[in-house]
Parts: sequence; C-alpha cells; structure tokens
Amino acid sequence: MSMLTKNSVIKLIYLLLILLAASLLANGAALAQEPDPATITDDQVNAIAKQLYCPVCENIPLDVCGTQACAQWRELIRLKLSQGQSEAEIKAYFVAQYGDRVLAAPPARGLNWLLYVIPPLAILGGVYILYRAYKTWKQPAPQVTQPKPVAASSDEYVARIEEELRKR
Amino acid sequence: MDVDIPEETNVEAATRIRPRWGRILVWVGLLTLLGILAWALIRNRQGPVSIGSQVPDFTLTTFEGENIKLSDLKGKVVVLNFWASWCKPCEEEAADLEAAWRHYQPRGDVVFLGVDYVDTEPEARAYLEKFDITYTNGPDLGTRISQAFRITGVPETYTIDQEGLLRHMQFGPFPNLESILKVVDPLLSQ
Repeated sequence: MSMLTKNSVIKLIYLLLILLAASLLANGAALAQEPDPATITDDQVNAIAKQLYCPVCENIPLDVCGTQACAQWRELIRLKLSQGQSEAEIKAYFVAQYGDRVLAAPPARGLNWLLYVIPPLAILGGVYILYRAYKTWKQPAPQVTQPKPVAASSDEYVARIEEELRKR
Repeated sequence: MDVDIPEETNVEAATRIRPRWGRILVWVGLLTLLGILAWALIRNRQGPVSIGSQVPDFTLTTFEGENIKLSDLKGKVVVLNFWASWCKPCEEEAADLEAAWRHYQPRGDVVFLGVDYVDTEPEARAYLEKFDITYTNGPDLGTRISQAFRITGVPETYTIDQEGLLRHMQFGPFPNLESILKVVDPLLSQ
C-alpha cells in the first residue's frame, strides 16, 4: 500500500513537471509572437517615415513633422515594423490607406510619368541649344561680297557720261 | 531671258525649312505642358462642392468591412461628417452628432456617415469608443471621398437631401445639437 502510494506520488510529480514544462513552452511561444513596438528604434521608424508625406501637413516629410496626425503615423510604422512587416509592405499599406500622394517619390504611372520624362528632356533640349549656339560662334564671319566691277560698257553714249562724271 | 538665282538664296531657303518640324514639336510640347498646368490650377481652385449641386457618388468601406454606396441611399437624408481622431474640434461636436443620430434613427429616413480622414485605425477606433459613436463610420481609403468633396479640413459636415443634392455645408464643428436638427428637420418636411 505504501509502495503504491510512493509510486503514485512519483507519477504525480512527473505529471506536474510535464504540465509545468508544457505551460512554460506555451507561454514562451506566446511571448515570441507578441509584437513589442518598444524594441523598434526611432531611426528604424524614420528610415521609412522620411519617404512619406502626410496629406494634412503638405511638403513636410513624416520624420520631421510635429503634428499629432504625423506622430500617430510614426507610431503605426513602429507597430508594423514590430509585427515584422517590411518597408515595402508598410509603404504599400500607407498608399492603400491614403493614396499615392503620401509617397515622396510618386510612382511613374498616369500623369506622374511626366515628372520623370520632362526634366531629362529639358536637359537634352538645353544641351542641343548650347551645341547649336557653340557651332554658330565657331563659324567664321561671312565674307562681305564685293560688288562686281561693272563691265565696261560698249555703249559709246554711256561711256561718255561716265567720263564726264569722272571729270567733275 | 534666263534668271540667275544666286546660290546663297537656295542655301538660306533650305536652312529656313529644315528646322521647322523641330520648332513645331517644341511648341506643341510647350503648349501641352501649359495646358496640363492650367487644368491642374483650375481644378485646384474649383473649391468645395456647391450648395444645390449633385454630390459626387462614393463608396465608404466601414471599419467593419461593409461597403456603403451613397447612390444606394437615395430617398434618405444623408449627414456626411469628415473627422479624425487627431482633430480636437471634431471632439467638440462628436457627442452632438451621436445624439442627433439617435434622435433620427427610429425614423429610418436619415443616415449618418462618418468619414475618418487621414487617420490611423487604432486611434480612430479608440475615438469612436470614447464618444460611444454608433452610426456608420469608415476610413477615407486613398483620401478619395475627401478629394471628391474637396474638403478644406476637418471637421466638415455635408447634408445631402433625398435627391442626392447638397443642401448644407458646415465648416468646423456644429455648436450644439439644435444646430444639427435645424439643418436636417427642414429636409424631412419636404
């Protein structure tokens, strides 16, 4: 009877140990899945924030904007980073939520492509104009064509008039 | 009688003709650019939707994921409120808007829609909970609705009649519940 009791106690202890280990493992797993925004530094947040603009405060990048709306956005970036989302995923989320205009560099589609095409074209046009101007400057000045001497007229009357004129 | 055309004249004519297509192209390009710029400027200066005009149709996806199309609400008065959790003046009218909604809700012919402008979802949900807001709310995805109405800030409230015409615009918060009822009641008696 005492032997049975001793065995039972040992079994109970094993059972408790197994249960304890299982609960610790379960807790560990739960802790590992829990995102902790505090582990994300401001630099990590700002690396993404500087590529975004909040529509409320136009022309101020999100990383330096002081409004409450922008502070909330930065906290959202921090939360998403802590959840393991990549930079591209976070930017895609902001575009889906607030539109293309939140991006510092707008995507080249629709009328946006003009932003990418016009500056190089303008530069090329300028280079061409300069090249043309340079070529014009290098060309020698055009020779002033001397009027051809008037051929001696065979007309006796004209010859006489010319002679009279020379005398005066 | 032979007419002897000097050589210089031919060369000059050739140089005059040759770059013409290039000039035309440059001018067309410049004029197109100016046209686009003018169009963008005119669009920006158009201002908000005007009273008496048909409001632009939109679909609001609520925080619960339901899609609500404005054109499906014809026959009802719609009170469309733009707000944000970071907006302090929005808090001033939040309780009055909710009270007005609860006042009209039993009738069934008035709909309140809250459009959450440039906000973050956790804070927006906390705001709705804080003010116990029960009418339909959703984020302004892609800022499409606010752009369609060309809002100038938050809070702004647009009251739309049964025919989809804009009947009242409120810039800034409603001062009290009575001021909301004063806008909606006349539309219901029509």
